[in-house]
Amino acid sequence: MKEIRIHGRGGQGSVTAAELLAVAAFEDGKYSQAFPSFGVERRGAPVVAFTRIDDKPIRIRSQVYEPDYVVVQDATLIDVIDVAGGIKKDGLIIINTETDTEKLKNISAKVMAVDATKIAMDVIGRPIVNTVLLGAFAGATGEIRLESIKKAVGERFSGKIGEKNVAAVDAAYKAMEAHA
Amino acid sequence: MSKLTVVEGSYAVAHAAKVCRPDVIPAYPITPQTHIVEELSQFAANGEIGACEYITVESEFSAISALIGASAAGARTYSATTSQGLALMHEVLFNASGMRLPLVMTVANRAMSAPLSIWNDHQDSIAQRDTGWIQLYAEDPQEAADMTPQVYKICEDSKIMLPAMACFDGFILTHVYEPVVLLEQDLTDEFLPPFAPEHILDPSNPKTFGAFADPSIYSEFRYMQELGMSAALKKIETVADEFNEIYGRYYGGLIDGYYLDDAEIVLVAMGSVIGTIKDVLDELRAEGKKVGLLKIRSFRPFPTDAIRNAVKNAAIIVPLDKSISIGKYEGALCTEIKASLYNTKIDIPVLGYMFGHGGRDIPPERIKKIVSEAEKAIVNGITIESSYADLREELL
Repeated sequence: MKEIRIHGRGGQGSVTAAELLAVAAFEDGKYSQAFPSFGVERRGAPVVAFTRIDDKPIRIRSQVYEPDYVVVQDATLIDVIDVAGGIKKDGLIIINTETDTEKLKNISAKVMAVDATKIAMDVIGRPIVNTVLLGAFAGATGEIRLESIKKAVGERFSGKIGEKNVAAVDAAYKAMEAHA
Repeated sequence: MSKLTVVEGSYAVAHAAKVCRPDVIPAYPITPQTHIVEELSQFAANGEIGACEYITVESEFSAISALIGASAAGARTYSATTSQGLALMHEVLFNASGMRLPLVMTVANRAMSAPLSIWNDHQDSIAQRDTGWIQLYAEDPQEAADMTPQVYKICEDSKIMLPAMACFDGFILTHVYEPVVLLEQDLTDEFLPPFAPEHILDPSNPKTFGAFADPSIYSEFRYMQELGMSAALKKIETVADEFNEIYGRYYGGLIDGYYLDDAEIVLVAMGSVIGTIKDVLDELRAEGKKVGLLKIRSFRPFPTDAIRNAVKNAAIIVPLDKSISIGKYEGALCTEIKASLYNTKIDIPVLGYMFGHGGRDIPPERIKKIVSEAEKAIVNGITIESSYADLREELL
């Protein structure tokens, strides 16, 4: 089983990202489970959501304490939250950040940075990074096929918005694949 | 996996309610039930539930009152609520069961205020234990969805005619996205016959429902409700089997077991923690520990005989409760399991734990610790009959 923790702020679509990961993993023929951490839903407040992916049906209902992967939507969270908390030894953290890699050195886990905000602004025209980071996740980890992420995102958002989000997923995937 | 689709638990349940073809849905939104009634109001607005009337009421008290009126007039009804909303219905819940109206209501289990908590435990439905409603508890979204047509079939039986709560854990199950089979309309039509009550409110054939009863006849009405509950004991089992025949899924009838046959330590639980416990038991069994799980699916009617039979060879019984009776310092399962074993030849210690109140997470380690304390209690005996498994002493 692979466990993923997504950190974001209220309004950034962390819960949606976790759901889309679950949909995409299922598209890949796997079982999946996505759920929010049960906090107070306020715009701007730190939010956590989780996804589990496995080859067999998933029964466990507790929160994720030892994630294989962590996705951080907003680098300002690093100052407030231990984003590496409980991460597995060979775990990976994917962080949306512009150029501020100095702060990342203090994180005690393997980190990959992606400028998801820039990709979102370039491709979608708005600083919404949740779908961008799903492309980055697929590119960096290989846990989910790019096509499955694109299908999940394309089906969630209709019309032009959907197309732009799928294009942003693609761009982030390629950016990460080059690193990985 | 072709029939599976990844949806939110609330959607799976709303969809299940839809294919049961309710005639009237009076509902009032309240977290974490809101997504269920949002989906249903959408279905109704789209004309996807036939001529179903969706009534937006101004409170849960109105919702349950509308349910009673509609059901007495012969309509199949559906609603959903939780916590304070369910508590606001309290007075009218007795009317529904006393008038022998087979209302079906999903309860998205949530803690009771104060302090305010929107998160999961079982205090809300457990507090309605004595209202004369059938109560079933589901362990996952699929079971919660599948339970919906099952409870209609149970409570609309002419020998039962009692309302039912289909309970599933708020947030943990209402808000999880996972693969679920959405109930097929054709299979549901095959499984669940149309609602055809013997007695309805009809101006052309006037009858009185819920009339005044003086002391010479009151107890007999109450006793007849008990007979309805007794009939439900058998019906819950047969309906689970019938469901399995048509849909190919089974979750137990009144109870279910996991590694139960040779278990020395028997954990007893309801709801979403069942899945976590099953994972833990796989691990503990691999280590050679004889631990099993008794899942309580039906809390009302309480399956006394089935429980006695299931636990009779255990060395210790460990009820795990998401509720507390303050002043007794134990949860409902603990009290009722002990009561079920008294006046029998079964003399097995019962070690109760309460946990997961107000949404506190239940990690696998907590279950393992409880099992290791139970192992010690088998050897040393029980010193404290019931306690919190997750109390933060440093906050007291």
